[in-house]
Amino acid sequence: MSDAKTLMGKAAVLEGLADHPAVKAILAWNPEALTDAKFDFGELTLTIAPEQIRAACFAMQAAGYNFFEDMTAVDWFPASPRFQLSYHILSLAMKERIRLRVLLEDASPAVESITPVWAGVDYFEREVFDLFGIRFEEHPNLRRIMMPEDWVGYPLRKDYPVEGYR
Amino acid sequence: MAELAGMPVLEPAQGAKDQHMVINMGPQHPATHGVLRLVVEIDGEIIVRVYPEVGYLHTGIEKTCEAKFYHQVVPLTDRINYLDPLSNNLCYALAVEKLLDLEIPAKAQWMRVLLAELSRLNSHLIWLGTHALDIGAMTVFLYTFREREDVLRLFDALAGQRMMTSFIRIGGLAMEAPLDFLDRVQAFIRTFPEKIDEYANLLTGNPIFRNRLKGVGHLSAADAIALGVTGPPLRASGVDLDLRRDMPYSSYEKFQFNVPVSNDCDCWARYEVRLVEMRESVKIIQQALDGMPEGAVKADAPKIVLPDREKMKTQMESLIHHFKIVTEGFAVPAGEVYQGIEAGHGLTGYYIVSDGTAKPYRVHMRYPSFPTLQALEVMCKGRMLADLVAVIGSIDIVLGEIDR
Repeated sequence: MSDAKTLMGKAAVLEGLADHPAVKAILAWNPEALTDAKFDFGELTLTIAPEQIRAACFAMQAAGYNFFEDMTAVDWFPASPRFQLSYHILSLAMKERIRLRVLLEDASPAVESITPVWAGVDYFEREVFDLFGIRFEEHPNLRRIMMPEDWVGYPLRKDYPVEGYR
Repeated sequence: MAELAGMPVLEPAQGAKDQHMVINMGPQHPATHGVLRLVVEIDGEIIVRVYPEVGYLHTGIEKTCEAKFYHQVVPLTDRINYLDPLSNNLCYALAVEKLLDLEIPAKAQWMRVLLAELSRLNSHLIWLGTHALDIGAMTVFLYTFREREDVLRLFDALAGQRMMTSFIRIGGLAMEAPLDFLDRVQAFIRTFPEKIDEYANLLTGNPIFRNRLKGVGHLSAADAIALGVTGPPLRASGVDLDLRRDMPYSSYEKFQFNVPVSNDCDCWARYEVRLVEMRESVKIIQQALDGMPEGAVKADAPKIVLPDREKMKTQMESLIHHFKIVTEGFAVPAGEVYQGIEAGHGLTGYYIVSDGTAKPYRVHMRYPSFPTLQALEVMCKGRMLADLVAVIGSIDIVLGEIDR
């Protein structure tokens, strides 16, 4: 069921998956922006420097990964960097999926919005803003989407209780 | 244009304040299929802007999952898309099985295909009935709900539950299907294609239905891709993507079926695509019935899969395993996986992050209605207000999966 191959770390992925279209595209675009990479459970994860995520998405789109599928965040509280953003991008032609990952520090987490690349990211970024409190710069309509407008706190953060009063 | 508690209301565009009006459609409007609130700016009867306001059903299922054992999440998944419960179960189970690297027996995989397709029929039947009802064709609703009742009775016989089945579990199925289950499915799909003809007879030639759908709700392929639209609306816009065929899971690669695609990009195309999809589902179910393999319906993993009741009563080891799984859960190796499937409404995905404990660190669900709702404004701009109802029906949204 599983791919026996597991590659951990940037060097291992660049060597072991040198022919992968996403890896080739990222090397041709800007190898410096790739801070980490892994290949496990048959899925390729590329960690991108936070300030480069929009450019990285444009590069991926040009390389054939043209369908934005999903985007969400993970809170690694109390570890640092605290937040992880995971973008899942699908290639309609190659029928293949990659994951781009961005790591953000705790203090006022913010990252460029990728709505200029795919307009459909709009709701997903609003949801992450609403439930994690991560800001997306240049987002056209960054407002709470699930919670009431006057809600205090970010429910999906790990320091927000599952039950009881906040 | 009264301000609802704390919610900003769309302001008419500058310079158009005199002619434009802002109205609320929903959250209690019957044509919004749940609690969807649309703030619509209209110029006479022409739609200028549509602003969907969601979150009325938000229950924080993603947060709840973090406090549950892996098995306990299965019933939560049913409640997200309550029209297509078995696909939710399937997607979650596949994602966890990927993390666990579990081998699922062939019979369980084939049963999962059969159940996912029955579930798709259930979902499409509700869509067809309510969509036609919105347009004004009342009869079809009664007919589709008659057949949906048959599907629900099958689920009832299978799981003891009509809607919240929770029948697909981590490691296989909850239990063997009842003895006559496959015969009952056979009896159902023997007559079902005639029923689809019946719906088509009522609707396809109906001039009112045609005129309400043809050329309405145009969504180009480029827009559909940019906005993340999936499922029948995407295929009706000419993009040939079906994960069952393109990235097969649960042995879908062993089944032969066609993926209907239309280039018309309108509500009518979505109607036609879904009708053909129902026929294809019947074909898949027939193949599953004909080729159903023998064997177990649960993986051989006693520390993960709950033991049979009989074994628990006779074997001490099974009793211990049962006790351990129920009280402590089972540890899942650390890592992150994403599993996508083609559910009735489109591309459903589960993203699970494990930190090596018995509870998921993070569960995120990608449900097709959420991004598809963004396409509503593109499809309705410049059209009549009445077309909005047709378009909402044609994209087949489920509010439970938008709000989660």
